[in-house]
Amino acid sequence: MHMSDGLLNAPVSVVLLAIAAAGVGFALVKARVDLDDRTAPMAGLVATFIFAVQMINFPILPGASGHLLGGALAAILVGPYVGALCVTIVLVVQALLFADGGLTALGANITNMALIGTASGFLVAVALRKVAERGKGGLAAVAFVSAFVNTLLAATGFVVEYAIGGAGGVEIGKVALLMWGLHALIGIGEGLITAVTVTSVASIRPDLVHLLKGSRKPLEVRS
Amino acid sequence: MKKFFIGFAFVSLLIAGVLSYFASGDPDGLDKTVEDTGIAEHAQEHPFSGSTFADYALGGDDKFTGLAGVLGVVVVLAVSFGLFWVLRKKSDA
Repeated sequence: MHMSDGLLNAPVSVVLLAIAAAGVGFALVKARVDLDDRTAPMAGLVATFIFAVQMINFPILPGASGHLLGGALAAILVGPYVGALCVTIVLVVQALLFADGGLTALGANITNMALIGTASGFLVAVALRKVAERGKGGLAAVAFVSAFVNTLLAATGFVVEYAIGGAGGVEIGKVALLMWGLHALIGIGEGLITAVTVTSVASIRPDLVHLLKGSRKPLEVRS
Repeated sequence: MKKFFIGFAFVSLLIAGVLSYFASGDPDGLDKTVEDTGIAEHAQEHPFSGSTFADYALGGDDKFTGLAGVLGVVVVLAVSFGLFWVLRKKSDA
């Protein structure tokens, strides 16, 4: 879902850079509370995992693919603020080192995938926390649904941005229909990857799943 | 505790270094949308499109996708671990 430069006009790109900077700045301030000697390494590994999995485009239709965005995955495992930073780091490294995602488009890409994706995934997960606490099946279902929503809303971010200041003047209904249709399919993949990842972590180290924090008796801290 | 972290890092290395060769080469949802609507005509060349590791390859040769993936894993791990370690609350404070 990485936009190249030129798809959005300059004013919209600049506004989105400012929104991204403000959002990432806010996350930097708030993330501190969720980071300690145990969760800081976990957060680094979550960012790394998202980078790796984003390399794996999976087919959705003949001639079209999708890849993980990772917002819900990060939010469930390390919380929304640290999670947004994880996705942001991935996007910055991809743009600078691998020429994946434009530079003036970086604000838009961070806004859609790191901010909208992580926030929406987290809000859905928190709303469904009671289900997630019921056990592995519940957690898998919540992970799936929050990831599906994060994909659709990140896609919606592009639709809105294109409507405001997109290049080419293509009818917005056409853009929206394609984006939502394709990302409904990609969202299923995102949901499956997120569900498998989160339940795997939860079965080995439930204490490292941010969403489940405080939901059970404090576990012994192994070191 | 350490075992879990090492395992998690190893899984990421395996995905980026090996599984990446099996990734679909088709455009993703957004690329497909902008291609089918003609918006893509307005896309500009990436300023770093000629750089060594552009498009997860080595000098444009995607035989080295796995190597680019491993490099990316190392860079993302170093940057994120460094940032989060600096930001963390000291537990023994």
